[in-house]
Amino acid sequence: MCGIVGLLVKTPALREKLGELMVPMLIGMTERGPDSAGLAVFGNPLAENQRKISVYSGLTEDGADFNWLGLSHELKSHLGVPVGIEIKGNHAVLTFDVAPAIVKRWIAEHHPKLHILSTGHSIDLYKDIGTPAEVAARYDFSKLTGSHLVGHTRMATESAVTPDRAHPFTAGEDFCLVHNGSLSNPNGIRRMLEPRGIHFETDNDTEAACRFLEWRLREGDDLETALQKGFEELDGFFTFLMGTPDKLALIRDPFACKPAVVAETDDYVAIASEFRSLAHLPGIKHATVFEPAPEEMYVWNA
Amino acid sequence: MERLTFDLATQPLRELNTFLHNDAKDGKARHVTVLNPDGAHNIAVGLDCPVEVEIVGHAGYYAGGMNKAASVTITGSAGTGVAENMMSGKVHVKGFASNGAGASAHGGLLVIDGDAGLRCGISLKGGNIVVGGSVGSFSAFMAQAGRMVICGDAGDALGDSLYEAVLYVKGNVKSLGADAQYEPMTDEDIAAVASLLDQAGLDHDPKAFRRIASKRSLYHWNADANQEY
Repeated sequence: MCGIVGLLVKTPALREKLGELMVPMLIGMTERGPDSAGLAVFGNPLAENQRKISVYSGLTEDGADFNWLGLSHELKSHLGVPVGIEIKGNHAVLTFDVAPAIVKRWIAEHHPKLHILSTGHSIDLYKDIGTPAEVAARYDFSKLTGSHLVGHTRMATESAVTPDRAHPFTAGEDFCLVHNGSLSNPNGIRRMLEPRGIHFETDNDTEAACRFLEWRLREGDDLETALQKGFEELDGFFTFLMGTPDKLALIRDPFACKPAVVAETDDYVAIASEFRSLAHLPGIKHATVFEPAPEEMYVWNA
Repeated sequence: MERLTFDLATQPLRELNTFLHNDAKDGKARHVTVLNPDGAHNIAVGLDCPVEVEIVGHAGYYAGGMNKAASVTITGSAGTGVAENMMSGKVHVKGFASNGAGASAHGGLLVIDGDAGLRCGISLKGGNIVVGGSVGSFSAFMAQAGRMVICGDAGDALGDSLYEAVLYVKGNVKSLGADAQYEPMTDEDIAAVASLLDQAGLDHDPKAFRRIASKRSLYHWNADANQEY
């Protein structure tokens, strides 16, 4: 199983309430995915020369007691530039104005057990093992703000229950994907991508889809073209929900094996595996509710 | 008590289903309204008495499943497997229905005013299904008995490996499945479609429907077919 949720607010005032509206959506998908949860939230982009990375310390020996301030001081003295840091237990967002590859290489050398969750101008990413309610409380999801987000509750089938195998997966910058389903050719996709220098971090099937689509986008495909190539190359069962800085996108496999339902009002577009995650949303009784068709692309602009 | 209301925002689903299985059967209510279904699974499943249930809103998976004798109306949409394995009675979805609607229904009538998802009426075993909108791919797969009336279009592989169920379609069919074929509409077919449309409360010209039934060429193993059908 697994549950997916997505929310894009059209009314600017609702950006402040993005997290508050989403937490019941995520918790509503607990029965579909009780072992891990996560989300990626897109907010106001940083300046062109800046980048931020979400970093997870749960795999280090210190866990949630990891010395984040020490890390930011070390980075500052190494890079010679200011490093901003926002800390939430085993999670921190670092902001800087150098190439992210430099920062990531330094972290890999000096703190190899730190896990980089996301990189970009707009994206913050959280994921961990635990029930959706536990994960939401751990990171104060209800206080998150932004224009849109992509969330996931996991019931693992294809790889182990670990924080790095939870969703969303990211690749490149400001791109994330969540998946309900199971792919049958992830290893073929890996064998195609690895010789192109694309590095994989886990054995998870969803990571293959994520890196494939991000590779297509980086090669110059627009989102629709990349998704079309996804339909051609990715075999198996999937409902995919993807986030970019200005878009939410949804596709389902030709057999529509995994569910999805969309509710749209003047204020928001909300997506979930099942309606029970949408039932609490304001104005839902008058929302346009529909089931996205298989093999169709649904793209909403933030 | 003639009428009773359950509010699933405050009452557990099990209370509703227990009432419908026991008290309603004992005649303690003829009509039950269900408020705030909010996509819960298994609402009004396994009923076996002629009670009327109105679900006001969107139902989750398997609503009205295994229904016998009862009449269940859903004013919103229905999740996967609505009225699956229905034995008799009626289930009416006023919105759309997700995948596997009416799967393996042995009897009764399933009416969907909107569209139905994929695999509608899969393995139908004698029930009748009337869809006001369109149906997704692989509908009526291996359907053995009963009838489906589709007022809109059908997706791919309609009636694949069909047995003795009969399908009537008004709109376009993207593709027929293996062993399904169009057949001429007889007066009996037109009367059957008219009767089902009437029971469903839908207004269409029964003569505008096409009949699809089994070629019966898969009934016997053909060693020369070389897996090509």
